[in-house]
Amino acid sequence: MKPFSFERPNTPAEAAAAAARVDGAKFVAGGTNLLDLMKLQIETPTHLIDVNRLGLDKIEASSDGGLRIGALVRNSDLAADQRVRRDYAVLSRALLAGANGQLRNQSTTAGNLLQRTRCPYFYDTNQPCNKRLPGSGCSALHGFSRQLGIVGTSDACIATHPSDMAVAMRLLDATVQTVNGAGAERRIAIADFHRLPGDTPQIETTLQRGELITAVTLPKPVGGKHIYRKVRDRASFAFALISVAAIVQRDGTGRVALGGVAHKPWRVEAAEAAMPRGAKAVAEQLLAEAMPTEQNAYKRPLVERTLGAVLAEAKG
Amino acid sequence: MKFDTPATTNPIDQLKVIGKPLDRIDGRFKTTGTARYSYERHDVVPNPAYGHVLGAAIAKGRIKSFDLAAAKSAPGVLAIVTADNAGALDKGKNNTAKLLGGPEIEHYHQAIAVVVAESFEQARAAAQLIRVDYQDDGGSFDLRAGMADAKPAKVLGGPADSAVGDFATAFAAAPVQLEQMYSTPDESHAMMEPHATTAVWDGDRLTLWTSNQMIAWGVGEVAKTLKMPKENVRLVSEYIGGGFGSKLFVRTDAILAALGARAAGRPVKLTLQRALVFNNTTHRPATVQRIRIGADKDGKITAIGHESWSGDLPGGKPDGAVSQTRQLYAGANRMTATRLAVLDLPEGNAMRAPGEASGMMALEIAVDEIAEKLAMDPIEFRILNDTQVVPDNAKEASKESQTVGSASKSELPFSQRQLVQCFQTGRDRFGWAKRNPKPGEVRDGRWLVGLGVAAAFRNNQLTKSAARVRLEQDGRIVVETDMTDIGTGSYTIIAQTAAEMMGVPIDKVVVLLGDSAFPVSAGSGGQWGGNNSTAGVYAACIKLREMIAQKLGVNSAEAAFTDGEVRTGARGVALADAARDGALSAEDGIEYGDLDKKYQQSTFGAHFVEVGVDAATAEIRVRRMLAVCAAGRILNPKTARSQVIGAMTMGVGAALMEELVVDKRRGFFVNHDLAGYEVPVHGDIPHQEVVFLDETDPMSSPMKAKGIAELGICGVAAAVANAVYNATGVRVRDYPVTLDKLIDKLPAVG
Ligand SMILES: Cc1cc2nc3c(=O)[nH]c(=O)nc-3n(C[C@H](O)[C@H](O)[C@H](O)COP(=O)(O)OP(=O)(O)OC[C@H]3O[C@@H](n4cnc5c(N)ncnc54)[C@H](O)[C@@H]3O)c2cc1C
Ligand code: SF4
Repeated sequence: MKPFSFERPNTPAEAAAAAARVDGAKFVAGGTNLLDLMKLQIETPTHLIDVNRLGLDKIEASSDGGLRIGALVRNSDLAADQRVRRDYAVLSRALLAGANGQLRNQSTTAGNLLQRTRCPYFYDTNQPCNKRLPGSGCSALHGFSRQLGIVGTSDACIATHPSDMAVAMRLLDATVQTVNGAGAERRIAIADFHRLPGDTPQIETTLQRGELITAVTLPKPVGGKHIYRKVRDRASFAFALISVAAIVQRDGTGRVALGGVAHKPWRVEAAEAAMPRGAKAVAEQLLAEAMPTEQNAYKRPLVERTLGAVLAEAKG
Repeated sequence: MKFDTPATTNPIDQLKVIGKPLDRIDGRFKTTGTARYSYERHDVVPNPAYGHVLGAAIAKGRIKSFDLAAAKSAPGVLAIVTADNAGALDKGKNNTAKLLGGPEIEHYHQAIAVVVAESFEQARAAAQLIRVDYQDDGGSFDLRAGMADAKPAKVLGGPADSAVGDFATAFAAAPVQLEQMYSTPDESHAMMEPHATTAVWDGDRLTLWTSNQMIAWGVGEVAKTLKMPKENVRLVSEYIGGGFGSKLFVRTDAILAALGARAAGRPVKLTLQRALVFNNTTHRPATVQRIRIGADKDGKITAIGHESWSGDLPGGKPDGAVSQTRQLYAGANRMTATRLAVLDLPEGNAMRAPGEASGMMALEIAVDEIAEKLAMDPIEFRILNDTQVVPDNAKEASKESQTVGSASKSELPFSQRQLVQCFQTGRDRFGWAKRNPKPGEVRDGRWLVGLGVAAAFRNNQLTKSAARVRLEQDGRIVVETDMTDIGTGSYTIIAQTAAEMMGVPIDKVVVLLGDSAFPVSAGSGGQWGGNNSTAGVYAACIKLREMIAQKLGVNSAEAAFTDGEVRTGARGVALADAARDGALSAEDGIEYGDLDKKYQQSTFGAHFVEVGVDAATAEIRVRRMLAVCAAGRILNPKTARSQVIGAMTMGVGAALMEELVVDKRRGFFVNHDLAGYEVPVHGDIPHQEVVFLDETDPMSSPMKAKGIAELGICGVAAAVANAVYNATGVRVRDYPVTLDKLIDKLPAVG
């Protein structure tokens, strides 16, 4: 860990201003991802801005019938919220499928969206990794890639976004609200929030320097049956090999998004149009451009079969 | 005390304290955070500096140059030790690679420097400032590629090649044959407490509080490595947060803490960061195994062959995966072969049940496979091929035996062998009769359900072990021995032994362990700790009883030590009276004759497993497990059960998830943290049952006990794999059995 300075502002505007002012500043929320990365010197902020006292820890009904989730709402609290459990059950289920109780008590909504990949080479500073050290190469492409991405990947990086929560947020068409150092607010559709790796895998979101997430909002509930199915080698406390989030209506229409396959939660409109035709058709659309490695080719049949189980469950 | 004739009735047989499921006496210290682990000896070392180890960034090559300037001038730094300024170092005889590398690098994350600073954070930050210029020489990292050039290598307790009868002819002639290849991956001990040491120099005398399973070995290895007299080294290991074999030997933490403390002129404490545990320390080596079994139509084995390939650094050792195959099943014609490839991966070495653990993973699938070919129940097949004598007892494979077919000359019977009874008991208890032998037929909602079974087998080893026992003036009994408790329950069974022998309640016994100032014990390893260390305490107690009897003027042969009194006939004297003029102290140990040469001492068991395989995703979840064990007298059914369920859990890990993934280009284990190296969590282990068959083994020691902690893991993984086969009809022979190996072969989701 490199020495850093620390401050604890009291308002979102102050926090954003501080981030814009200090080169190499970073926000710290629960710290469950950032601190691990700092210990390994994968993240080396010069200045930490603690955002835990900004009053961003409330879940409120919004005027359009949706929900406004403060950036600092803990994953445990969000999963347990009655309105979330009733109207956005897929979100609650996705959250509870992630990490473990202790981590969920500490992890925040914004921090979860911004958690970094779990590619093992990213974590080993002796190894080439374009995401950690742009231009150094991708060790995973011809190395250990069993967990990594199969779609939307590039020659520069095949990492996945490891979040469960983000997959449900994507399914629910959430919007990320921000404020920057100049006090300007912005709303970013979750679809536009995470980026594909392309040639710049180190740039993971469309956030700009110093931009602070203040809330994530959900539009009004869409009903339907909410399912989150996470597939993993062990029963708990493991990142997804793949996951399927789905909302299925009585008539068989609905939405579906995948986790564990791409650099962002993966959702394809054409796939949703195919839902009444069954899992195979949906999977074909979702993974039309998939380019798996030898080690993660199993994800393709796994997605299709898991989708099959999810759609069957929705009917049942 | 020499133990050279079978045990007869002795005070242990009273079973007033021994054999009771008592809580562990150190439990309260662990649950209240007052157990003193090596990194937390603030009670004796109040102001230590902190050491942080830098591991090599390449697998094989040389350090061309170090740039230490930035690190040296970093805040708080007291000293930096590398091979350049460490002084002359030797290598422990149990270490294959050097514990401080450089300029030559032998494996990834081999330690090349230790930074000592005022705080942990400062030491770590400074270590990250060290720049190293390497010459990367590449290396051999792929076991399968190295198999062709692998050389015969002796396994612990056996020759590189063994042969009885004429395997080749008998196998070729067998009407039913099984020939298959299996593989097991590299595995990490992944114990909770990483290697950790606090080191203090007093002149030229060194004290190490270090997490180590084998104190006396450790003293010798530290002295050898640091080129100093043994007498000047003291090792203390009061509590150990798991070892599983990774702390049998002295490792980097101990040597670098000592070197760092010497360089800084300050006590130093040092723990390996988790990321270093996987590549810096030892691991269970991967194996590729070939098994051939020939049987006649009735299911009798006529030929059995087991070959194993593993790799290690130059000068290293093979995994002993074939060893159990020489002893477990009958069959007149047999062979085993062990081959070792040179690999430049981190050092392979002992991990819980080394040899049998990986060997049984393969052998017990093979047995399931041939039973199926014979259309026999796999339990029936095992019962039919049981043997009460060791079927391959040859010390070396003789040239003739391979062609002529001379069975081993002298018969070696097992001292006890209740393998059949284990299967019979488990079969009823587990509801084996309900198993559908046709795979892929049983469905429970989304789950394909299957049952699997495997034998458990592990030898019992006799090693001398000593202790000192003292009667205090207040009537308490104090036991001192350098035995360690690695979470197994040594404290408790030793206290039970002393309480039984001296006729006092267990709370009147104080047990002090893990200090090289105490008499040398068997230590913890190879499941030999329990039987041998308590036998050593038994011996010391016999001596103390004699001293007490003499002091009280009674005949020790007639004296009964019971309820805090020494009784002869109707007369009883308080035990404490014997110490009224001062504490009485006796030291003795157990030493063994040749009973283990006349009788093969082994432990046996049967593992039963039910799994569910998700019909869509192929996720595998264990639903219930049963182990039936026959392993001599169970000294404490509670701590013994804990050992077995822990071992079963580790077996589930080996079956379903544990694998150190080799990067074959760069030569290292990629998943070197606990997020990447998965071990079972609570959710993976729903229900475990353990049954101990009633058994005492008079050949093993006056305790009549044997090992149990490693038996528990042997065979588990195969029972899981066999259950997966029964559930799905898909046979996976390459561990771990993960969903990607099944997914293409399951029926369509519908
Ligand atoms: C062992 C382990 C297992 C895990 N398993 C899972 C799992 O199965 N599924 C899963 O989904 N997740 C898992 N996680 C990840 C966990 O969900 C994240 O670590 C957590 O959500 C991050 O939240 P945080 O508040 O602690 O973020 P922090 O670590 O505080 O921050 C993360 C990033 O977000 C930035 N940030 C934080 N708040 C803001 C803000 N308001 N505005 C702008 N930037 C901000 C920080 O600067 C930092 O870059 C696991 C983590 C661990 C350690
Ligand atoms: S996949 Fe991405 S994160 Fe992983 S090594 Fe390649 S560039 Fe780095």
